[in-house]
Amino acid sequence: MIRRGVSKPKTIAAALAASACLAAPAWAQKWEPTKPVTLVIPAGTGGGADQMARFIQGVVQKHNLMKQPLIVINKAGGAGAEGFLEMKSSANDPHKITITLSNLFTTPLGTGSPFNWKDMKPVAMLALDQFILWTNSEKPYKTTKDYVDAVKAGEDRSFKMGGTGSKQEDQIVTAAIEEQTGGKKFTYVPYAGGGQVAVQLVGNHVDSTVNNPIEAVGQWRAGQLRPLCIFDAKRSTYTNKVTEKEAWSDIPTCKETGLPVEYQMLRGIFTTKNAKPEQVAFYVDLLQKVMATPDWKEFMEKGAFNQTFMTGPEFEKWLTSAEALHADLMKKNGFLATQ
Amino acid sequence: MDELNALFGGFAVALSAYHLMLMVIGITLGVVIGVLPGLGGANGVAILLPLTFSMPPTAAIILLTSIYWGALFGGAITSILFNIPGEPWSVATTFDGHPMAQNGKADEALVGAFTASFVGAIFAVVLITFLAPVVAKFALKFGPAEFFAVQFLTFASFIGMGRGSAFKTVASMCLGFALATVGLDGVTGTLRMTFGQDELLNGFKFLVAVIGLFGIGEILCSMEDGLKFNGAAAKLRMDAVIRTWKQLPRMWLTFLRSCIVGCWMGITPGGATPASFMGYGIAKRLSKRGDNFGKGELEGVVAPETAAHAAGTSALLPMLTLGIPGSPTAAVLLGGLLIWGLQPGPLLFVEQKEFVWGLIASMYLGNVVGLVMVLTCVPLFAAILRVPFSIIAPSIVFICAIGAYTVNNAMFDVWMMLAFGVLGYLFNKLRYPLPPLVLALVLGDQAESSFRQAMLVSQGHVGIFWSNWLCGGIMTLGMVMAFWPALQALRAKFSGNGAVARTA
Amino acid sequence: MSSNEEAEGRPLFSYRTLDIAVALFFLVVCAIVMVDSLRLGITWKPNEGPRPGLFPFYIVLAMGIASLVNLAQALPRTPGGEKTATTVPGIMRMAAIFVPAVLFVFATNYIGIYVSAAIYVGTFMVFFGKFPVWKALAVSLGLAIVNFMMFEVWFLVPLPKGPLETAFGY
Repeated sequence: MIRRGVSKPKTIAAALAASACLAAPAWAQKWEPTKPVTLVIPAGTGGGADQMARFIQGVVQKHNLMKQPLIVINKAGGAGAEGFLEMKSSANDPHKITITLSNLFTTPLGTGSPFNWKDMKPVAMLALDQFILWTNSEKPYKTTKDYVDAVKAGEDRSFKMGGTGSKQEDQIVTAAIEEQTGGKKFTYVPYAGGGQVAVQLVGNHVDSTVNNPIEAVGQWRAGQLRPLCIFDAKRSTYTNKVTEKEAWSDIPTCKETGLPVEYQMLRGIFTTKNAKPEQVAFYVDLLQKVMATPDWKEFMEKGAFNQTFMTGPEFEKWLTSAEALHADLMKKNGFLATQ
Repeated sequence: MDELNALFGGFAVALSAYHLMLMVIGITLGVVIGVLPGLGGANGVAILLPLTFSMPPTAAIILLTSIYWGALFGGAITSILFNIPGEPWSVATTFDGHPMAQNGKADEALVGAFTASFVGAIFAVVLITFLAPVVAKFALKFGPAEFFAVQFLTFASFIGMGRGSAFKTVASMCLGFALATVGLDGVTGTLRMTFGQDELLNGFKFLVAVIGLFGIGEILCSMEDGLKFNGAAAKLRMDAVIRTWKQLPRMWLTFLRSCIVGCWMGITPGGATPASFMGYGIAKRLSKRGDNFGKGELEGVVAPETAAHAAGTSALLPMLTLGIPGSPTAAVLLGGLLIWGLQPGPLLFVEQKEFVWGLIASMYLGNVVGLVMVLTCVPLFAAILRVPFSIIAPSIVFICAIGAYTVNNAMFDVWMMLAFGVLGYLFNKLRYPLPPLVLALVLGDQAESSFRQAMLVSQGHVGIFWSNWLCGGIMTLGMVMAFWPALQALRAKFSGNGAVARTA
Repeated sequence: MSSNEEAEGRPLFSYRTLDIAVALFFLVVCAIVMVDSLRLGITWKPNEGPRPGLFPFYIVLAMGIASLVNLAQALPRTPGGEKTATTVPGIMRMAAIFVPAVLFVFATNYIGIYVSAAIYVGTFMVFFGKFPVWKALAVSLGLAIVNFMMFEVWFLVPLPKGPLETAFGY
């Protein structure tokens, strides 16, 4: 791959892939799962993490990427603490992997559950999930500025923000927006799942949401919801038309429309703490095979994911800084567990 | 009639030998999944997923929805035979189904349950066929306040029905609510009643409690009464279908009521489990034979089964049109749609016409195929009761243990199941009613979160529940339902007084 | 059930005893929940509605009051209350299935659910159903194997497994 010479971004990916592939033979024997691998989802059915995990399961089975089956289990209790504690307690079983969302950081801080990402072994970051500020298309807010001005002009707490869960990513983003609204707060209404949040917005039961793209894309295409801005440093790179007129890349960033807030959510894979390097290498390799399929590319585009792939020390460094960021945000907004 | 044309087009797609074969496979699997409390729709998808990749989406969805029908049919089997609800929505079926089996009428109960399921499903499919866009719009009207109103109505239609002590009913119901609060509070994200125990993070799951209270409790009662399972006396007669069908027409009103309740609950989306309770509650309240409910009345099997199946079927509608699953199995089907590259949501009906109408046509066909299959197997199911008790009893404990374990993959739940078994036995003995406990457990946390979400929205004003006609109407209806026993008592008192006056 | 009680065996618990025990159980649950509710806060927050402890607190308060009434109704020695609820043979028969069930669940932790269940079903058949050993063996092994195939192989639901399954590579 490298010898043939490819364009620059691809070279980086290829180099990463190669480093992982090269790394594997360095250990004498290549490890393979000897029994079914369990993929623990620390979230309920139907949400973003669940969709992605079940998609990975589907791709692995469709392309026969692993000899042993991949079993998906939801362990959503205690905002995902149940799933993470399961990973922590089976530190010696390398046949368990988990997919993470931001509750990897927010749950221990918000509920006081005794775990930390260091209780697991990071395998790879698959992608970063975006957040978009949505309103109902019947409402008169065409731009972020219209909406923020309306919030500023309205009475305190009169605007309702719908989101998934409490003291989790959606509420963190909401709190960050509140810093830019001249002291006007939102009434944050927590729901059980992202799909429900989008539908509540269509039904005008809340005024705005910060749904992930994949959760609200159906309603956007049907002209029921309007995306105002994306909470990323730069616009999305997907230029194919999603609706009749717009593509993901047409959504401005929040920063360029006067709402300097950035937030993205980790979609990463972890295995158990005592996994050996060759075991981690197997999973990295497996995930790269998954990511090479056309199905995956289509999935990424449908959900407007920010495709960033990381492994090893780079990923650990990212995790450390993300953890510090979350601790800071949670502390600032008073979301820490009170015991 | 565009819909009719489209539907016939759909039948043309769905009616092929290949699709019929898929239906038979799917329903067989579904019945197995429905019978065993340890398996859910997700498991069915797990084994079929690789198969579906090589199929066109229509064939794949037919296979997967057939599992869904099978599971809806199958849940009733163990409820009736062993008092173990195979799926949450068949809890209400045990109330009269199991007494019927104990009276030697297991076959009638099974036929009644299957037929009722079929009627409920067909009613819901007709609704989907002709009213999908209207219904989808209606579902959008439901915000937190409306959700709470629906949950309140469900509860109100069930309350005050027990014959036993009112205080025991209150205690039992409140225990259910209290158990439902264990775990994470979704509104504030704080842990409640867990006392630092990891095992309690997940709370007390409905299915674990139900398997223990009903299944293990029943085993204990049977053991105490001596070495027999009461249903064993069931005679096998082959005319069960005709015998039962003769009794059904006079229950047309119950059928209709349960169909409406079921569709309403499926769309809003309240879910199949509350729908079955509500169907049972309303039938008991309004039926002429309501007083006999709980002692083995066929109508008491028909009412919850019709409602559950109508709800389960109409729950597919919000999934297809809005992308929100009305039940866990629907959630898995939703995942399936995504994998085949179909985006559920408002545009599915516009962009994927052939697929949608093929699916709707397969709903009719799947239920017909399913009904024929399960009815033929009634003697087989009823024959399970002839297996000696000393084999059945430990096997049931084994199956129950699997069921409890798989809810959260935790041994702790198996222990809880045993504890609930003892509780179930004691409650039975001392005439604490179980249904209020179970209903409170299944609705408790949902009702509490909707209430508190509504309070957030309204800034703490209770008036929100009467802020529009929809919500206010449901709440008022709920109030009437809740005070119905009192109203009836009052009416009886007045008419009683009148009679006394006349004789005097 | 009421007429032949004397014939069936020595009475063990009366309804009164059981009623009191269950009412006390309710009161214990009530106390536990109340303690945690108070920690969580039971007030009505302005702009937000009830705090997390409010709902459980009042629910168990109602439960506590109802249980006190139940207790008060059970306490006086009434003829109904003195009726026998369980007899010694009744309890023994229940114990015959329940105690092994507890052992079965306990053993599951060590030898897996399939082996444990096979032993449980087999033993129960031999000692309680008076089946010949070969029949008990056939049924219990068959049951365990069918379930194993169904859950582990077919439906891919991982259940607790022990050394035997590990030896076979599961």
